[in-house]
Amino acid sequence: MTYVFQFGDVFNSWDELALGAWLTIRLSALSMVIGLVVAILCALGKTSGPKPVRWIVGAYVEAIRNTPFLIQLFMVFFGLPALGLRLDADTAALLAMVINVGAYATEIVRAGIENITRGQIEAGRALGLKPLQVFRHIVLMPAIQTVYPALTSQFILIMLNSSVCSAIAADELTAAANDIQSRSFRSFEVYFVVTGIYLVMSLAFSTVFAVIERTFLSRGRG
Amino acid sequence: MRSFGPNELLFILAAARWTIALSLIAFLGGAVGGLAVALARTGRVAALRYLSIGYIKLFQGTPLLMQLFLAFFGPNILGFSVDPWAAAALGLTLNASAFLGEIWRGCIEAVPEGQREAARALGLRYFALMRLIVLPQALKIALPPTVGFLVQLIKATSLASIIGFVELTRAAQVINNATFRPFLIFSIVALIYFLMCWPLSLYSQRMEKKLSAAAR
Repeated sequence: MTYVFQFGDVFNSWDELALGAWLTIRLSALSMVIGLVVAILCALGKTSGPKPVRWIVGAYVEAIRNTPFLIQLFMVFFGLPALGLRLDADTAALLAMVINVGAYATEIVRAGIENITRGQIEAGRALGLKPLQVFRHIVLMPAIQTVYPALTSQFILIMLNSSVCSAIAADELTAAANDIQSRSFRSFEVYFVVTGIYLVMSLAFSTVFAVIERTFLSRGRG
Repeated sequence: MRSFGPNELLFILAAARWTIALSLIAFLGGAVGGLAVALARTGRVAALRYLSIGYIKLFQGTPLLMQLFLAFFGPNILGFSVDPWAAAALGLTLNASAFLGEIWRGCIEAVPEGQREAARALGLRYFALMRLIVLPQALKIALPPTVGFLVQLIKATSLASIIGFVELTRAAQVINNATFRPFLIFSIVALIYFLMCWPLSLYSQRMEKKLSAAAR
């Protein structure tokens, strides 16, 4: 083996990598938050909405879960302008990520909501809670508590999947890596380092999720 | 500029076979690797156990796209040059091994401990015990999540287009560059993926319901 590893070019471009990683973090965090809101609304629609709403949510979830994220990204970035909606790469990436994570999270939240027994909701009503209070304290929070592990691993998956957004030249971490690679030709070194950065970010996200669980979700039930 | 006609549609449809071929290769390779990972992960040799935990964490904690890039550029360092086809097959196989290994670990652990104790009491050694007692029972539980993972894998092959392998997604990009009908073309391709994945998803869900009803 005569190959000599040269990481110099990679580490010299640390500022580019840092900027890329920061956008990856922002895109991921935003898509998680917005995706969760989408998921809660869709799960509510699917469990207790009228029939057409249930059907539409079902179609949305199945369509997204059975097609590749890359194609969804292309539809948003290249397809939507044909319908008159032109987005820049970063916005298109965010929108595609929200649509994607929203569908997966809908199924997860729905499973949590269906786990809540009818009796608990009736008990809540009998105690004089208003419908919104019943929804918040008796349906939503316990549901999220139960499915929290599945939800957070889905969130980490979308963070990892955001690397695909480099295909439409959103300026996230993988795109930064591609830039450095095309300047320095140190392909293996660049992607090796960036893979390490992703690994650290996924560990960091799981740590944050664990902290959130300890702080907000495990304070006794109800 | 070319217009989108039957020839273009045929080109895309023909490329779907590469998506299917890549999915099958990665699935078969991943099944062999996954079984090894699952056995190492549930076995008694501590070193193998930690090694397989590390392997799973590494592949589940990094993007598949990075794994494909490294599979593409890595062999060059060792003096082999690989084409996108081999790199995609290698990257997806390694990735599938980690995910299937983790799925099957759960299935192996779900087989009650008493079964193993009884088998050991009958004098079965490790491989006979696994082959005759544990794996057949684990297989039944493993079917729905394994089919579910196959759906993930089919979708994941679309990333091979980024390292330049001409499968369904890459074919769509090629045709789109020539005809510039993005909405139409990517809708058709999304539909083709959907038709490949949805039956498998439905089958997996139905099997899972059956199993959980039987467990009650």
